[in-house]
Amino acid sequence: MNSESIFPRALEAEAIYILREVAAQFERPALLFSGGKDSITLVHLARKAFYPAAVPFPLLHVDTGHNFPETIEFRDRLVAQTGTRLIVRYVQDSINQGKAKEETGRFASRNILQTVTLLDAIEEFKFDACIGGARRDEEKARAKERIFSVRDDFGGWDAKKQRPEPFEILNGRIHVGENVRVFPISNWTELDVWNYIREEGLGLPSLYFSHQRAIIERDGFYWPHSEFLQTGPEEVPFAATVRFRTVGDMTCTAAVLSQADTVDDIISEILEATISERGARMDDKRSEAAMERRKQVGYF
Amino acid sequence: MEVLRIATAGSVDDGKSTLIGRLLYDTRSITDDRLEAIDTASKRKGLDFTDLSLLTDGLIAEREQGITIDVAHIYFSTPTRKYIIADTPGHVEYTRNMITGASTAQASLVLIDARNGVVEQTRRHLYIASLLRMKDVIVCVNKMDLVDFDALVFDTIREEVIGIAEQVGIAPRTLHFIPVAAKEGDNVVASSVHTPWYKGPSLLGLLEALEPGKGKGDLPGRFPVQYVIRPSQDAFHDFRGYAGKIGSGRWAVGEEVVVLPSLRVATIAAIYKGEAPVDRAEAGESVTLTLKEDVDVSRGNMLVKSSERPYPEVTTFTARIAWMDEQEMQEGRTFLLQHGAQVVKVKVLATEEVLDIHTFRKAADKKTFSLNDIGTVRLKSSRTLFLDRYAENPANGAFILIDEFSNNTVAVGFVEKF
Repeated sequence: MNSESIFPRALEAEAIYILREVAAQFERPALLFSGGKDSITLVHLARKAFYPAAVPFPLLHVDTGHNFPETIEFRDRLVAQTGTRLIVRYVQDSINQGKAKEETGRFASRNILQTVTLLDAIEEFKFDACIGGARRDEEKARAKERIFSVRDDFGGWDAKKQRPEPFEILNGRIHVGENVRVFPISNWTELDVWNYIREEGLGLPSLYFSHQRAIIERDGFYWPHSEFLQTGPEEVPFAATVRFRTVGDMTCTAAVLSQADTVDDIISEILEATISERGARMDDKRSEAAMERRKQVGYF
Repeated sequence: MEVLRIATAGSVDDGKSTLIGRLLYDTRSITDDRLEAIDTASKRKGLDFTDLSLLTDGLIAEREQGITIDVAHIYFSTPTRKYIIADTPGHVEYTRNMITGASTAQASLVLIDARNGVVEQTRRHLYIASLLRMKDVIVCVNKMDLVDFDALVFDTIREEVIGIAEQVGIAPRTLHFIPVAAKEGDNVVASSVHTPWYKGPSLLGLLEALEPGKGKGDLPGRFPVQYVIRPSQDAFHDFRGYAGKIGSGRWAVGEEVVVLPSLRVATIAAIYKGEAPVDRAEAGESVTLTLKEDVDVSRGNMLVKSSERPYPEVTTFTARIAWMDEQEMQEGRTFLLQHGAQVVKVKVLATEEVLDIHTFRKAADKKTFSLNDIGTVRLKSSRTLFLDRYAENPANGAFILIDEFSNNTVAVGFVEKF
């Protein structure tokens, strides 16, 4: 009874199958790594998929420059421990090169700018497949995404052109200039990811767990106070016990008040949650069709 | 915990999206902010109720048209299992999406509007369930509230469906019938007080009782080699592992296997699940096998049990195909066929029949396939394929056809005979 897995192991088998298919079908894949729980899960799955050989593709981190220091520290430790190869490309460089323009105002974030840096990195390294931790339960437009999502050379996604994937047969054939985004944990829910983290004993950045932090309140959400957050004079930071349910960077992720400081507590909290995971992501709230519009222009 | 995949089908107005929305709502699988969003959107549309169908409509284009155009994946869990719903369009134009969504499903949910009864679409959905050899077909007669929960209406529809099912080859024991009213939740999760004449389970009750994936372990062993693992570190410099997802059968360390196509015989030395060595593994698991003997194995090869004959080796065969591309398909054309990790050139020797989508009988004189057509072709492959008949081994009897110029997946196929 105790040894029975709550996490549905068929999902792990599926993800490993998908990762191996990427390694087999593509010449220069990369794993998009953000330091969040989904990409950390992917790295673990990749290690299992190719054991005892090394993971046959590098991790790519598009660094917005607004990252939580905890995320960067965690990333570096994970790379050192696993012996994986890490490539980092900076949104700041894209801004300096005049390819991306810094947003201004209270809601300024570098979330959309990541697309420019990502597309440039794909071009630079000639990546033909980018693996990411997006899941179908996260958001409406992702609910319809394929496992292998073909993108044109602008990274653009045309909903009407996606290939049918009957019987889990993955057709990754592409023309020169195209590339494929791959989503091995498409069928995992947020809870599945946490149950997996618990059963596998995976480490995570401390941000996910309850801690003290200076925050400001805005429109019913709690924002981490930092040098990057644009605030008005009436927005005074105060200390609170919070954690982050989703980890983007410091200007696009809101915290929730929480005492949960273990994975078990987090899972209990999720089971009672009244705000869905991405509800705290301002980038999605901007319009109902926000995600789809971003994907049409190459967003991950 | 097990995973159960379900495909949903029904015509645009049959209330399929509302049914799924109700399933999520009644099992408390949607969060308050999602509920708030669809509440707001419903009011904006001028509705006086919360339109649960908005939970599954997602893409911009369809939101404007008001119909779903793609396969949406929706998740919920009960204490015993995780459900994955592949919600697919009811329109005939999206038959290909329906087939895709249903291909990995255990059970198919067919919705019928109680006021209209069986319509053309019902026939098509039943036919597809038959084509895919779905283990369970759950017919939900919906909007029973609009026919005053009349048992006679339900029974009449039931009889008609049974008749069609016989015609398209669905075994009676595969069928289940439930009278539901998704809008108010009758017989979706909770039993309805309005249908005292109905003695069966609610929809969720029925789903909870289905048995996922039974039988694959009893079939002959099929292990398509997906990837060869050859570490370059000193610690494992002799290691050569063959990774893949077991298609069928049960596999154990020490068993004798045969490599196709070389027919070399070998013994399983070890089986790894992730980093852990195990004694045995079964259908659906992603593993890495190592062999005692030094034989040549590469991606696209298949391992089978030496004792289980005949070995699946074919070059010419007949297959039922569902055509999924805008361009028409003609006899004589060549395509790439992808089966497991094999991609091989095939030629369409002949079209045996293309079905009339209304009667599902052979359309006289039709020899070309248009988008969404279903029919039978004779194929010849340039290299040996390791296929079983779909009826005998569904995990090893299906393939896709790819247009080698556009790279599109143009058809899905089911092997009928050799």
